[in-house]
Amino acid sequence: MTARPRPAAVVRLDLSGLGFDQGAHLLLRRALEEAAPDRQVAVWGTHPALLYQLTVWCRREGHLVTPAPPDQAPLCAHVTPGAHVTTRWEGADRAGSAGPGGAVRRPPLHWGLAARGALVEEGGPEVYFAVADRDTAWTDLAPRLYRQATAAQWDPDTAVPWDAPFSLPDGIERAVVQVMTFLVENEQAALVVPGRLLAQVHPHFREVLQLLAVQAADEARHVEVFTRRALLRGGEMGTSSVGGRASLATLLREPDFSIASFLLSVLGEGSFLNLLAFLERYAPDPVTRRITHLVRQDEARHVAFGLGHLEHRSTVDPPLRGRLRAAVERRHEVLVHTAGLNTDVFDALVLLAAGSWSPTAIERGWRAVQRLRADMDEGRRHRLSRLGFTDDEAADLSQLHTRNFM
Amino acid sequence: MNPLVFGAVAYDPKVVTIWSGFRSWLRARQLAFDFVLYAHYERQAEDLVGGRIDVAWHSPLAWVRTRRLARAAGVDVRPLVMRDTDQDLTSVIVVRADSSAAVVGDLKDKTVAVGAIDSPQATLIPLHHLRELGVDADAGLRVVRHDTGVGMHGDHIGGEREGARALLAGRVEATCMTDTNHLAFAQDGTFPPGSTRVLTRTAPYDHCVLAAGPTLTAGAGQQLTALLLSMSYADPELRHLLDLEGLTRWVPARETGFAQLTDAVDATGFYDPDGRVTAVGYRP
Repeated sequence: MTARPRPAAVVRLDLSGLGFDQGAHLLLRRALEEAAPDRQVAVWGTHPALLYQLTVWCRREGHLVTPAPPDQAPLCAHVTPGAHVTTRWEGADRAGSAGPGGAVRRPPLHWGLAARGALVEEGGPEVYFAVADRDTAWTDLAPRLYRQATAAQWDPDTAVPWDAPFSLPDGIERAVVQVMTFLVENEQAALVVPGRLLAQVHPHFREVLQLLAVQAADEARHVEVFTRRALLRGGEMGTSSVGGRASLATLLREPDFSIASFLLSVLGEGSFLNLLAFLERYAPDPVTRRITHLVRQDEARHVAFGLGHLEHRSTVDPPLRGRLRAAVERRHEVLVHTAGLNTDVFDALVLLAAGSWSPTAIERGWRAVQRLRADMDEGRRHRLSRLGFTDDEAADLSQLHTRNFM
Repeated sequence: MNPLVFGAVAYDPKVVTIWSGFRSWLRARQLAFDFVLYAHYERQAEDLVGGRIDVAWHSPLAWVRTRRLARAAGVDVRPLVMRDTDQDLTSVIVVRADSSAAVVGDLKDKTVAVGAIDSPQATLIPLHHLRELGVDADAGLRVVRHDTGVGMHGDHIGGEREGARALLAGRVEATCMTDTNHLAFAQDGTFPPGSTRVLTRTAPYDHCVLAAGPTLTAGAGQQLTALLLSMSYADPELRHLLDLEGLTRWVPARETGFAQLTDAVDATGFYDPDGRVTAVGYRP
């Protein structure tokens, strides 16, 4: 049997000419950690003020200095580490592990903003996050969706053919501007909501925060391109109705993470996927066609995250479906006396699908918008059934969804 | 049971954090403990001796005065604990590395920066040290005071930092500070590496002390002392408070480290033998 080599009785530290005004304490601290709890550090060095600086630093830090006899120079002193060197990290724990599967179920609040997987010193302030449970925040999809989202970012300046030549009749251009005005209003709600949700989530679930942050950045870009298209021909923005703003205001008031995500992403943005496909199809110009295409790709990702999150939650927490249903009913009650979709927006959609003011074209446009509504309803019912609602329930709830689309 | 009333000087907002935290910790261990904050040490010393508070977290100068006030009033005061970092400090008189001053005598007819009028470590003790070595006003020494936080007995680091800046700017030949602040100023970049030299250093002395007044019962004093001595750096509730207060553990107080300051107080007439404030121009 081979005996293990015993550690030296004293840890030797040669500082050469380095002083404590030039970083010598970094080397000493490292040596003290190695020596603690029961060995000393022998400090060697030639800095002219070494013993003075060493004594002062060690007094401040709680270590004991025994000066060496002058004839042993350049040995300066022996330092006995204070007991606190080993006690600081005694109660520390790892904040889960850093990888995608490393989140713990309920991260303690005192982990606060610590990186996942870090060694966290015991104690410290508890930072309150409303969403501090993996089943509430976490969807296994988040890391993958985040990677996709960052890879799919586009630059509004270069991704859209802003200079492409086109000319529209006044009425059609006004219809485009009205739809853009409506989209900006809705995208602003979609920007504020994930921003608010993000601040509720324990940073331990970092992929969820990252995804919500990219989602907010997506919406910021959408606000930009819709505004830019609205102003492209030098006109003014269109109208904003009380009914539309009332509908969006109910989204901002929803405090619960899962319910807000349900109303915004699954029902609202889900309906917007149909609207954006409609606009891409009937776009009268290349700019409108391109931006609705780009925005639709982003929104599809937002819907996927919302759905993934809620599918996971409704599996582990079946009563959640009852709360989601109640939220849709509550929102319907609040909005029942409002006008719903701005009539200017409805008329603009009809005109865009019609392409002209002729009665035949208008009839075609009207039918297209009716089909859009039916498509939206079908999409909502499909997504609701993925969350475990029966077909009847899904049909009821879809009917109660806001007439403002979002 | 009436709580023990503790006094501390509010020289920095962190004082509230520290003593609120200690209060919670002590109360959780069945010691009824309240605290009051003072704007300066003179009232705190008077209130301790007058029985309006039971215990005080005192500067060394406040302790010297408390001893005198108590003797004049015929009451007992006693030191309980101090921080491990309060023992064996020194003050240094620092010159620029390229200064022509090689020995203390070279400061004759020169200007030296000090801290506030009532700073033991940056004014009273180092000036007394120079006086003992034959360098004082009679030898042509000119003193530039930096009166930041007067009444706080030099707890406010501002006076020492101003002195350090005056030294670097060439407005003074030398400046006075604790050895701890000399190192701290080197480490935080106030003094570039190698820019200063210690011309002379005082003998070691002790700094703050937790002092019991005449109203503190023996039992409460023992309980408070035992609890403070039991505070451990391993306790996460205490660790950041100990870091803020600048100690790793409390140690039993001693009275052997105040002789230089007592001599300085007598030599300058800062207080009279009965503890009355007699320093000229001192208005805390």
